[in-house]
This record gives sequence, C-alpha cells and structure tokens, in this order.
Amino acid sequence: MHYESPVRQPLILGDKSYNQITEDVVRPIENAAPRSWWMVFSIALVMFLWGVGCLAYTVGTGIGVWGLNKTVGWAWDITNFVWWVGIGHAGTLISAVLLLFRQRWRMAINRSAEAMTIFSVIQAGLFPVFHMGRVWMAYWVLPIPNQFGSLWVNFNSPLLWDVFAISTYLSVSVVFWYVGLIPDFAMVRDRAVNPVQKHIYKVLSFGWGGKAKAWQRFEEVSLVLAGLATPLVLSVHTIVSMDFATSVIPGWHTTIFPPYFVAGAIFSGFAMVQTLLLIVRKVFKMEDYITVQHIEMMNIIIMVTGSIVGVAYITELFIAWYSGVEYEQYAFLNRATGPYWWAYWSMMTCNVFSPQFMWFKKLRTNLVFTFVISIVVNIGMWFERFVIIVTSLHRDYLPSSWSMFSPSFVDVGIFVGTIGFFFVLFLLYARTFPVIAQAELKTILKTSGEAQKKHHSDHGAHH
Amino acid sequence: MAHTTEPTPVVRALYHDDDVLISAVKEIRAAGYQISEVYTPFPVHGLDKAMGLKETRIAMAAFMYGLLGLTVAVTLTWYMMINDWPQNIGGKPNYNWGMNMPAFVPILFELTVFFAAHLMVWTYLVINGLYPGADAQNPDPRTTDDYFMVELPAADGLVDVLKKSGAVEIAEA
Repeated sequence: MHYESPVRQPLILGDKSYNQITEDVVRPIENAAPRSWWMVFSIALVMFLWGVGCLAYTVGTGIGVWGLNKTVGWAWDITNFVWWVGIGHAGTLISAVLLLFRQRWRMAINRSAEAMTIFSVIQAGLFPVFHMGRVWMAYWVLPIPNQFGSLWVNFNSPLLWDVFAISTYLSVSVVFWYVGLIPDFAMVRDRAVNPVQKHIYKVLSFGWGGKAKAWQRFEEVSLVLAGLATPLVLSVHTIVSMDFATSVIPGWHTTIFPPYFVAGAIFSGFAMVQTLLLIVRKVFKMEDYITVQHIEMMNIIIMVTGSIVGVAYITELFIAWYSGVEYEQYAFLNRATGPYWWAYWSMMTCNVFSPQFMWFKKLRTNLVFTFVISIVVNIGMWFERFVIIVTSLHRDYLPSSWSMFSPSFVDVGIFVGTIGFFFVLFLLYARTFPVIAQAELKTILKTSGEAQKKHHSDHGAHH
Repeated sequence: MAHTTEPTPVVRALYHDDDVLISAVKEIRAAGYQISEVYTPFPVHGLDKAMGLKETRIAMAAFMYGLLGLTVAVTLTWYMMINDWPQNIGGKPNYNWGMNMPAFVPILFELTVFFAAHLMVWTYLVINGLYPGADAQNPDPRTTDDYFMVELPAADGLVDVLKKSGAVEIAEA
C-alpha cells in the first residue's frame, strides 16, 4: 500500500515513528535557545536598529541623503527591492509548484522557504514606499476617491501594477503559509505544559482538531492555493520586470525581461533557501529531515536556473548587437567595458560561472561548498539588478549629463538594516514556529522513511 | 427549556496506525454502525472515501470568488480610467474600456487571484469553525501527535466490533 520504488532515496532518514517526528519538530520550540541563537539574534537586531535609524533620517531630511543624482534616479533602493522580491520567489516555487508536481521532497523545506518568502517580501516593500519621499502620502497608491489625493491612480502604469502584484503576493503567501501552520500549531498546543505557552498556541491554532472533513477541505484548499500561487508568483516578477521593460531606456526596453527576471528570481531564492536551511538543519539537528538529497535537489535547480539566466545574458548581448540600434549597442558595450565593468563581470562570474560547478555530484552534495556557492549566487544576483539599473541610467542620451553613482552611508545603512530585519524575523520564527510542516511530513513517512523503505524491500518478494 | 433529551453517550476508540484506522472504519461501517467523527494528526489518504464523506465543493467556491474579483477589477478600471476621469496617458486609447483593456490585464489577474485566495480561506475557516482562541476541537490531545480517534454514538455490541478492529483504547463519555 505504501510502496515506493527502491530507486528513490529515502526522504526521512533513520528509524522514525510519527511520535519521533513530533518530538524532533517541537524540540526548538520547547527548549531554551542555544547561545549561538542569541549571538546571531543580537547582531541582526543591531543591524535592524541601524537601518531604522537610517530610515528615520531619510524621512526626516528627504531622500537627498541617498546617493541618487539627477541622472541616476534609481540605484540601491530599487536594486534592493528587486533583489528581495526575487529571493521571495523560491518559497512559493517550493510550496506551490512542487506541490502541483507532487514532489515529496518539498515537505521538509516548504515551511521555512515560505517563511523566507514572507520576510523577504516585507523587506522589498520598504524600498518603494520610502523611495516615495513623503511616505505619509503612501496611501496615494491605493484606488481611493479624488478628494484624498490629486487624481485616481493610473492603471496603465507598471508601477501601479506592482502595487497590486506585491500586495496580492504578500497577502496570499501569508494565508497559504498560515493554512498549513494551523494543524502544526495545534500539535504544539496539545503538548504544551506551560499555561502561557499553551494559551498562545491555542490562539494561534484556531481550535484545530484534525477532523476528517477538515482535512479533506485542507487538502483541497492547499491544492487550489498552489494553483493560484503558481501563476501569481510568475506574474509578480514579470510585473517587476515591466517597471523596466515598458520604459524607453536602452538596456531596459527588452521583451526578454519577464522570463529572464523570473528565472533569476528562482535562482537567487533557492540560493537563499540553501543559506538558511544549511544553518537550520545544523543548529536544530534536522539532518534526518533536511537531508543531503534535499540540498542536492535544490542545487540542481540552482544550476538549471543559473544556466537560464546565463542564456538570457547572452541573448541580451546578441539582440543589442542585432537590433542595430546604436544606443542599445552602446548600453551593453558600456556595461561590459565601461566604468562599471567590475559590477558586470562580478555578475557574470557569480551567476553564470559559479553554478556550473553543480554538474559534479561530489560538489553539489558537499555542504560547505553549497553554502559558499549560495552566498556567491546571492551576491551575484544583487549585482545583476545593480548592473541593470545603474549602468543603464548613468550614461543616458545626453553625454553632458552622464554621471556615476556612489552610495551614501544611508543607502548602505538601509540595506544592512533590511538584512538585519530579515534575520530578526527568521530567527524569531525558527524559535517559535514548527520549522517543518510535520503534519504533511507524516503522510510520507511510510513511503519515504528510511526504515520503512528498508522493511518494504526486505519483504518485497510478496509483491 | 427543560431537558427533554439526555446527551447521547459517545464511544471514542483510539488507534495507533493509519492503515489499521482505515480498515477499522470500513469494518465499523460494514457492521452497520454510524461514525460521527474521526480525528487524525495528518490527512490520511482514502479516509474520506472509507467514511463515505462527500467531496468538498470549496474549489468551486474559489472559482466563483475569482469571477467576483474579476468583475470588481473590470468595474474599478472602467469607472476610474474611462468613466469618471479619462486622461490621455502616453497616448493609450481610452475611448472605451475594451481599447484600454490590454493595459489592465495585470490588474484583472491580480484581483482575480486576490479575491479567490482570500475569500476561499475565509470560507474554509468559517465552515470548519476555526478562529483565533477557539477551544480545541479534538477531545484527546494525542490525536495531533500519533493517535487516531474514531468517535461514534454508543450502541449495543459496538465495543466488541471496535476491539476486533484493532482499537488500542476505548472510552465511553
């Protein structure tokens, strides 16, 4: 009944029972935080507070405190925005697309990947809001009657599409995540001894009792949400890319942008998932659930999407030349050989060259190497957005207004602050939420558990 | 109002394995007893069929909510951009909604998804009786860990059927 081909490697290592999965998942919640958690949390909190200070300074003084100038009107702010949104995409890919494809290995990693999605989209949202300058007018992006603002919002504008795309994406990701969390919170509630803890998880678990009809609806809701989230996640980075592609700036005005941005988003998102999960599995001793096979699968996705991104870079170069438009040709020549050549070649090395190591099984199953590559990829993807944005802007049609961009300490501070904020949220999550979707994982124990598979193959002659 | 009926006594049987549970549910129903509820720590595939539950219609509800979202988006874009305050934006044609429609596709899509997802989840919470702070629906806390519970109205000879079906613990309440 629970047969699975012996060719497939077990997804849950060791001899686990349902109860053992429960115990392993609640351990970080029920035990005191290790010293290393407090150390990392303190560092993240300081970074976050520094970012808050820089944001306060920006709001109080104006965005003139950033390094922007008349020629380069978008730089680190929008780079960081696109970078964070892109990182978010892997969470939805894992929980929605892999659900539709019935990939069982998603179950050990989808909870943390979705948490990463939500926390990184929160960081992303900060940048366009503060780039408005007068943040107290941020409600002008909402379709509200004229007497509140100047006019109706402009539904022809990609920037407004972005408002709708990002807010839909964030809110749908939150409910998708929470629907899955309810049964797991109920599990924590039913074990809790401390009355305060029991009450908190009672509130969070919404009274879940695991009734048969509720589970039937749960599975249907998960499937429909996955079906909705899949085109949604593709639409989000498509629309982000249209912020650029619908303008007439050489280097931005290209039809390849939507698929190219989506591939890049998955690429960077999976790299961030690797960075986070390699730490989580070690610190919380989840090696039996987040196995080397999981890491290897994600490395293969990083390799494939990294190669797609590489093909996109080369296509861009070719089309720039083939178009015969001299402005377009210059924009790309300037990227590769102009004053920002170092950013372009960092991008090429990190994004196109480094994932090719993953063709080798020895390297893609090596955890230290994976960790290093995951950081390299994230640096590379930050450079990609910087290259697209700044190198296209800094030399425009009028050579007399050509300029360079250098970030002010406020630009750096806000970026560092969002990294701190992200880790503050993720570290709090890792201590208080079940980091593995244990209810879902229990459904595959009999088919994909190591001991259970061995039992099947030992008694396989009867089949 | 005076008590006209005694609360029906229920029998709760605990099982320790999902395969035993499924076969037990089939045996209990074959013996002619009505199962009122089954509590499980995870979705046990095939349980709804074994219990004879109807298929859920929540996906159809989501589809209707999506259509509602689409309608809202069409109304919103038509009223603001065509009817109330038409403007020439980048030379995009705004004589009627249809001509301006290609620029509205992202908004139409996002609002469809927004309505379908959120209203479906609200519906899901309401019909399952889930809300912040609600009391736990499961009578035994072990059923969110590794036990499976069948709940059914007490009847003659039921305990023997349950014992035979592999129940590890039987309680009457």
